[in-house]
Amino acid sequence: MVITRRDFLTTAAASAGAAMTPELAHAQHEHEHQAVPSDPALRVKALESLLVEKGLVDRAALDALVDAYEHKIGPRNGARVVARAWVEPAYKARLLVDANDAMAEFGFISRQGDRILVVENTPTVHNLIVCTLCSCYPWAVLGLPPVWYKSAPYRSRAVIDPRGVLREFGLELGDEVQVRVWDSTAELRYMVLPERPAGTEGLSEEDLAALVTRDAMVGVAKVAFPPLKGNHERHS
Amino acid sequence: MNGIHDMGGMQDMGPVRYEKGEPVFHAPWESRVLAMVLATFAWHKWNLDAFRHTREVLPPEDYLRLSYYEQWFLGLRDLLARRGLVATAELESGVPAPGTPKATPPLTADQIYPAALSTRIHAQRDLQVSARFRVGQQVRARNINPVGHTRLPRYARGRLGTIYRDHGVFVFPDTHAHFLGENPQHVYSVRFAARELWGAQASEKDCVYIDMWDNYLDPA
Repeated sequence: MVITRRDFLTTAAASAGAAMTPELAHAQHEHEHQAVPSDPALRVKALESLLVEKGLVDRAALDALVDAYEHKIGPRNGARVVARAWVEPAYKARLLVDANDAMAEFGFISRQGDRILVVENTPTVHNLIVCTLCSCYPWAVLGLPPVWYKSAPYRSRAVIDPRGVLREFGLELGDEVQVRVWDSTAELRYMVLPERPAGTEGLSEEDLAALVTRDAMVGVAKVAFPPLKGNHERHS
Repeated sequence: MNGIHDMGGMQDMGPVRYEKGEPVFHAPWESRVLAMVLATFAWHKWNLDAFRHTREVLPPEDYLRLSYYEQWFLGLRDLLARRGLVATAELESGVPAPGTPKATPPLTADQIYPAALSTRIHAQRDLQVSARFRVGQQVRARNINPVGHTRLPRYARGRLGTIYRDHGVFVFPDTHAHFLGENPQHVYSVRFAARELWGAQASEKDCVYIDMWDNYLDPA
């Protein structure tokens, strides 16, 4: 008999429920009751209306937050930082020592803001970013994380089988390369400084920035030149 | 807690599903959930650690089944009720209880711009707290199994590592998530050899860096 993960979890949850105090069992029941969203859009709309009516949130502020993360804060921020680090060695040195300070000059990061650390890829070191416990991600420079970054397959395997995960992304690393995985368990956010691809010596900082992808700054890809056709990322 | 959220090292979760040209949000309601979660933080009735914990206490089968923003939505409702911003009856009816005065939202649209949003977590503290460890020192992650919130992943417990960097002083999530105080202490980047974590199947060269609070470590 094949027992699927879902069967196993259902059984496990049922036995956990059986061992609970009435209070906990009730709390769990409440969760389960809540966890059946008939129509998320309607339920979310109802909550927003309630919060606005109570004066707990300002609808214009919600709109501004959505606009910021949809249109203003995204991987183009990080790409500009990477391109500058490639063309200015002094900037790169500052970036690796104090990323907030170095990024502040672009205007999307506060010097006193939440801490960002930049880790550098070289021919013998490859860095990979993950958050095994939730979904920590350098929002300020990369925007909101993609679904795969927050998903169980990536979070579970990035630490135990980083080379296998990278292979799924089409990146095969040789034995001479050390893989460093950064598990974002605290309030520090990591970004990878990818290697500058060969053949880009004549490109301007702006053209270089256009080559840099979100995936390369998470560490699941390298920066390609010339850029890959049908690059699977949206260049926002 | 040893919950389903603590996924590092689990196997058989399937391949990574990559979506080409993935949009920032997959439906408008997702963006509204994100915005409500961020805006309600401005009331300072809870903190990011407490919010994270709301996802961790979801029943495991729900955690795996629900989408990310569905989890956020449930977490927000939970904190709104538990921390007294909204009554449970109001959540059910969808209308404010009669006679309740209207509040003034602490977060307004003019406060929202990228540089301001880059300081949303506020977990670092400018305090003189002595560090228990120094860079280069060998440490062992404690074998703790608290039933509440912790940021010490299971796969590192009991393992031997080396202090790579001292990040400074930060609030301690294990107490902060439960509103039991900030308990500020040093956080370090600790380097673990992949083989120390996973045995001989791991590459000899590779390593995992985990950020760890003073309270998660013992001298080795």
